[in-house]
Amino acid sequence: MKTIIHLDTIEKQFAGSVVVPPFSLSIEEGEFLTLLGPSGCGKTTLLRMIAGFEEPTSGEIYLDGKPLSQVPPYKRDMNMVFQQYALFPHMTVEQNILFGLKMKKVSGAEQQQRLEEVLQYVQLTELRKRTPKQLSGGQQQRVAIARAIINNPKVLLLDEPLGALDYQLRKSLQLELKNLQKNLGITFIYVTHDQEEAMAMSDRIAVMNKGRIEQIASPAEIYNRPQTMFVATFIGENNIFQEDGTCTAVRPEKLKLYPRNEESEKHKKTGRITDVVFLGNLRKIYIRLDGTEMSVLAHQYANEGSDWQVDHQVAIGWSQADEVVLSC
Amino acid sequence: MKKRSKALSGFSWLMIVFLYLPIAILILYSFNESRINAVWSGFTWKWYISLFENRQVMQALSNSLSIGLISSVLATVLGTAASVAIKHYSLRWQNIINGMIYLPIVIPEIMLGLALLILFSQFHVDLGKSTLIMAHTTFSIPFVMVIISARLADMGKELEEASQDLGATPWQTLRYVILPLIMPGIVAGFLMSFTLSLDDFIISFFVAGPNSTTLPLYIYGLVKRGVSPEVNALSTLLIASTVLLVIVAELFRRKDSKTISY
Amino acid sequence: MLRTKRIKLLALPTLVWMGALFVLPMILMLALSFMKRGTYGQVVYQFTIDNYIRIFDPLYGMIFWDTLVVAVLTTAFSILCGYPLAYYISRLEKSKQQIWLLLVMIPFWINFLVRSYAWVIILRSQGVVNTILQSLGLIDEPLTLLYNSGSVLVGMVYTLLPFMVLPIYVSLEQMDYRKLEAASDLGATPWRAFWHVTLPMTKTGVVTGSILVFVSSIGMFVVPDVMGGAKSALIGNVIQNQFLSARDWPFGSALSIILMLLSMVLIGLYFKASQAGGSKEGAA
Repeated sequence: MKTIIHLDTIEKQFAGSVVVPPFSLSIEEGEFLTLLGPSGCGKTTLLRMIAGFEEPTSGEIYLDGKPLSQVPPYKRDMNMVFQQYALFPHMTVEQNILFGLKMKKVSGAEQQQRLEEVLQYVQLTELRKRTPKQLSGGQQQRVAIARAIINNPKVLLLDEPLGALDYQLRKSLQLELKNLQKNLGITFIYVTHDQEEAMAMSDRIAVMNKGRIEQIASPAEIYNRPQTMFVATFIGENNIFQEDGTCTAVRPEKLKLYPRNEESEKHKKTGRITDVVFLGNLRKIYIRLDGTEMSVLAHQYANEGSDWQVDHQVAIGWSQADEVVLSC
Repeated sequence: MKKRSKALSGFSWLMIVFLYLPIAILILYSFNESRINAVWSGFTWKWYISLFENRQVMQALSNSLSIGLISSVLATVLGTAASVAIKHYSLRWQNIINGMIYLPIVIPEIMLGLALLILFSQFHVDLGKSTLIMAHTTFSIPFVMVIISARLADMGKELEEASQDLGATPWQTLRYVILPLIMPGIVAGFLMSFTLSLDDFIISFFVAGPNSTTLPLYIYGLVKRGVSPEVNALSTLLIASTVLLVIVAELFRRKDSKTISY
Repeated sequence: MLRTKRIKLLALPTLVWMGALFVLPMILMLALSFMKRGTYGQVVYQFTIDNYIRIFDPLYGMIFWDTLVVAVLTTAFSILCGYPLAYYISRLEKSKQQIWLLLVMIPFWINFLVRSYAWVIILRSQGVVNTILQSLGLIDEPLTLLYNSGSVLVGMVYTLLPFMVLPIYVSLEQMDYRKLEAASDLGATPWRAFWHVTLPMTKTGVVTGSILVFVSSIGMFVVPDVMGGAKSALIGNVIQNQFLSARDWPFGSALSIILMLLSMVLIGLYFKASQAGGSKEGAA
């Protein structure tokens, strides 16, 4: 797999304080990489540095082997889909989409041909003469995407593009974007704070916290083998057991519950149920461990835990293989 | 609550009357047949007609118009260029420059007029049309910048970035994205400058030469000599043109803000 | 290495212009205020602070005092007239608000010389008011409504009222109406709610308007001239006099500088007041 973007010891400082400490990163051609993290973790800053809207304080970014430090955004072979779409209000959908080609003085014939292709792709052919004011959020989103991909960029940068949309629309657009990426083969660098989104769409996720990339791996890796405390607790729900200076993480669905009276080596902990939350196919069972202030969470699916109730005494067990040791 | 709002409403209407009554009376009496103002003796256009036959008035009018036109064009170009450029400076520099450029608005006009008089005398520049143009441009620039900066702030930086991201150079961005979007603001700024120039008295008072009278200066001369219907007529014309310009400028300014937000 | 944006250079011509035609004249005026006046009215380039000392002469002290009094009264009346008007406008529906604001602004853009002159027509001894009163038989002799400090005040308030209305309106617009609702929830009468909630929250608007009106007032010379006649001697008239009749440019400059310092001090106070108010609002 070819490396399409390489960040070499990139660091970013704002007014003297380090926003992104030095790190390096390679992004593969054709992959869907997501930068995931809470607000203020630096993911958007990173994206903007790649796009050319921020300068790294030190370090170098390479696109296809060529350094980008002296290259302004309008000369970089990438395009960005902005958070608030940034559609030109004084232009129609057509004019918006054609803007990039027009600036690069692509021939009229080719402009038209690519326009038709792209309009088909994002299903906006009927709305081509409308202005952004006359479009819904989802439609505006599509125009933003069309406007970017018509230029056949090497990389597409997406800055929380689905943030402003409602739940159902977000879900369907996630699928669409994923398919788009697979079909076009363009490298996607996607920024979001929504971990479900990241897990659903990405080939790899870079989990970021306070400017640092804590872990880069496939969604499965990230979920099952988190490497830091932050990753373990940021993604999904997790139980952290602290004993003798070691921290161990076990996912809620890996916890098995047994009645207290049964004796078994499988039992690792005991406790009392404090809460049972019924969520349809899933039951969340909160247990206060005996002798501590600590609560753990167990997931029970379908009819598995239907007998458990508040104040029941339980024993909890899990297999060694499901443990992840972290530095505390 | 109803009682209070009736009083409030009444008071507010009273204020409007207070603001417009003098102007209305002025306009009314410009049509008065009688030379002695307060007694109404009949409707006539003759004072207006005599204005157009008055060479001095026509000269003052022509001066006002040409000075207004040239200074507004200058102020609009300089003001727009500066506003667009300053958006790209660091916040600290923006504040410093804005402080310097908006100062003329808060300083008493008499100071600006006198300071310019001192400048011209120091450099032995003869007072005349050119000094008036220079002065008018100078006090108009801040107003243009206020209007344009507001439009640019509304626009935000995303559009500019999107444009560059799609491959437009900064100049292409200026031409195809920024300027079209602030154009109504530019027009509003131009019209405001023209109005300011047309109506300016204090600064013109100090920097005008003996042969470069503007309309307000001419009116001042007449007023000093006493009340007369010619002054009323002239004032009415000035009022009419000002009102027209302000309304058109305001319409443009509003059209602008509607385009940008969606 | 930073890529400097060439678009920043676009500001250069404007900065040069403002530097030469605004900053430079101000500096020259400052320098001039420290010079001497020659016997024939020319400038003698010798450093002196005599001009500033002369300002403390009781004659000028009185004039400064008068000017301040007029400015304060103008501001006070502007608030009294302007606040209710602004309040009324802010309560109207949006479309009406635009129209009313335009109505308030239009007189402001009309040449104030013309506007002052309009008052002369109304108030002078053969003016509208006197003519009407006389024809109704209410008075025998015409009233002297013009050429006194009262008429100057009317002229000033008339000229500067829009300056007060607009900032107060903006401040009312930005007010958080939920606080008002909370107050009435807690049992406050409309008047008390206004006094304890609305008024403090619109303090910034009142202060801004007051600064604008006050600073404009102290520099005025046309309105006092037209409405007050020869009797009127406010600082603006004196300064004008120094430059045109008395030909004492250095002294005139010194007076102007003091005038500007006064304005600057007030603007400084404004910033302090708006920050103090801001932090109070933040805490609330």
